[in-house]
Amino acid sequence: MLQLALVVVVLSVLIFGWLRMLPGGPVSALLGDRGTAESRAELTEALGLNDPIFVQYFAFLGRAITGDFGTSTGVSPGKPAMELFLERFPATIELSIAAILIALIGAIPLGYLAARRRGGWLDNAGVVGSMIGISIPIFFLAFLLKYFLSIKLGWLPTGGRQSPDIDATRVTGFFVLDGLLTREWDAAWDALKHLLLPALALASIPFAVIFRITRASVLDVMDEDYVRTARSKGLTRRIIRDRHILRNAMLPVVTTVGLQTGALLSGAVLTETVFSWQGVGQALAIGFERKDFPVLQVVIIAAAMAYVLVNLLVDLSYAVIDPRIRTAQKVS
Amino acid sequence: MGMALLEVRDLSVVFRRRGEEPTIAVDNISFDVEPGQTVGLVGESGCGKSVTSLAIMGLLPSRGAEVSGSVTFEGKELLGLSQRQLDERRGRDLGMVFQDPLSSLNPVVPIGVQIAEVLERHRKLSRKDANAEAAELLNRVGIPDPNRRLDEYPHQLSGGMRQRALIAIALACRPRLLIADEPTTALDVTIQAQILSLLAELVSGTDTALIMITHDLGVVAGLCDEVNVMYGGRIVERAQRHALFAEPRHPYTHGLLASIPRLDAPRGEKLVPIRGSVVDNIAWSRGCAFAPRCPNQLEQCWTDPPELVEDRGGMLRCHNPVEVAPLAAEGAR
Repeated sequence: MLQLALVVVVLSVLIFGWLRMLPGGPVSALLGDRGTAESRAELTEALGLNDPIFVQYFAFLGRAITGDFGTSTGVSPGKPAMELFLERFPATIELSIAAILIALIGAIPLGYLAARRRGGWLDNAGVVGSMIGISIPIFFLAFLLKYFLSIKLGWLPTGGRQSPDIDATRVTGFFVLDGLLTREWDAAWDALKHLLLPALALASIPFAVIFRITRASVLDVMDEDYVRTARSKGLTRRIIRDRHILRNAMLPVVTTVGLQTGALLSGAVLTETVFSWQGVGQALAIGFERKDFPVLQVVIIAAAMAYVLVNLLVDLSYAVIDPRIRTAQKVS
Repeated sequence: MGMALLEVRDLSVVFRRRGEEPTIAVDNISFDVEPGQTVGLVGESGCGKSVTSLAIMGLLPSRGAEVSGSVTFEGKELLGLSQRQLDERRGRDLGMVFQDPLSSLNPVVPIGVQIAEVLERHRKLSRKDANAEAAELLNRVGIPDPNRRLDEYPHQLSGGMRQRALIAIALACRPRLLIADEPTTALDVTIQAQILSLLAELVSGTDTALIMITHDLGVVAGLCDEVNVMYGGRIVERAQRHALFAEPRHPYTHGLLASIPRLDAPRGEKLVPIRGSVVDNIAWSRGCAFAPRCPNQLEQCWTDPPELVEDRGGMLRCHNPVEVAPLAAEGAR
């Protein structure tokens, strides 16, 4: 928890400083070329930008602690930044969970199979495919998916989270879940169709990375003496796979999943922009364009907190899987 | 001669790697194990003794290792069985104890589960019965407070305890044959003796046969009925335990015995090491692999590979065996 507080404080200083070093600034972004000298001075004063930067920072910090991150100036002018964030956050979480689920459900079995059939066609295809998956720019992949599957073939919607003609009841802000909870099946199905392409695009890098780590880890574990012991016991293939190979091979995979989940936000900025997904990634992209300091600050600090929390969860789950870590903690 | 429990005939293992000369790890070896008998496979590292045991168990990698010959267990051929067919026998009829007890146990699975899973698999016990039986097994191998140990993980046990747990796993289904591959090498000297006497105690009086694989003739002396000495992938001498220690015939066996310290040797007597190392071997196809290191070598040894022939009740592969037995002579003095 101390770690979390430290990360947030340090990051808030950095982000506050960096944003104000950017050329342009909110005044130019708001007024454009047509602003007169007087109107610029007036707006600068109104936004509190004339105060020394540390005064501005402490004013920001004092309000931020109470949850007030200021008012959006560019993404959705006049709306409190926190409110805007809370509105959009479930969209990004939904997208991220869908992406990480696709990656986990697809990449772990594939990585295992590739390792078991090392040098086979699946292994070779997987190694090459994952290299492509890691190196292809996300926005390019997103455009490809959108162009072929949505525009050319018309199978899936081109963007947004829900078709306008569907009147869905909102419960949690996770559209697919909402549809299931309220038993509005058509709304859930429609939301799922909207979710599929952006989630696929966002999943590409974690999928490829988890595939490679799983494959390498399973290859290592298969050579271990305890797997030979398990075979000498005549155990069934399923038990050797699940209990003796996968349980050990998952240790490095869990770490990777944590890091990849944290890194999803950078991918979400691109994916959400391409698919007009109303999430915080899109807000971040628009916010940068329009120098919307309050929105940028709340999104970046929240993203950092999410990153630290996810990795805290990973550390905890590590202790659940690996008994050697558990006892080490008990002793200390 | 009745049917042996295990008959190994002309067993060869060749490792092939792309771009490399094939290595002959085990070269046409044959031996029998009778029910209840303890047979030693002795030799230096690299002589093929461990590979022999892995070939019998069907645990060699399917790619790169070429196994030929025949291994029959209770009259049934094991080589050529599918892994699935082997899995019916491994753990039930054939058990194996490995060298390094820490790396041979799964670090993230409790000891109890690692024992119980064999019982669930082969004796179709329920989880509850298997756990009770696992505690009983831990008790039998001398682990105190077995019920608490069931929930512990390998890293929480001492080296000797881990080896005891591995023995409990291997003996869980009362196999007809137990193979112990250097079971004491990774342990402290004080623990080694405990583990050996435990193994001896567990197999004596039962009809479980034991193949003891070791480089340590001290282990053989305490445990084995019959001993096979291996060199360069072949058996060079086979004898009953007493005959082997009293009258080692092969210069290699003789050298092994002379290079271990004995309490009953006269004070001041020097240990005689065997010259050279296994890297000096010549191919069996050209002559005797041991010739470059052999004190008794003849001209003939370099050109004419010796055959394994009957000799004084045992088997011997040597052109110029050791005639007098100095160790026995000194002992009798």
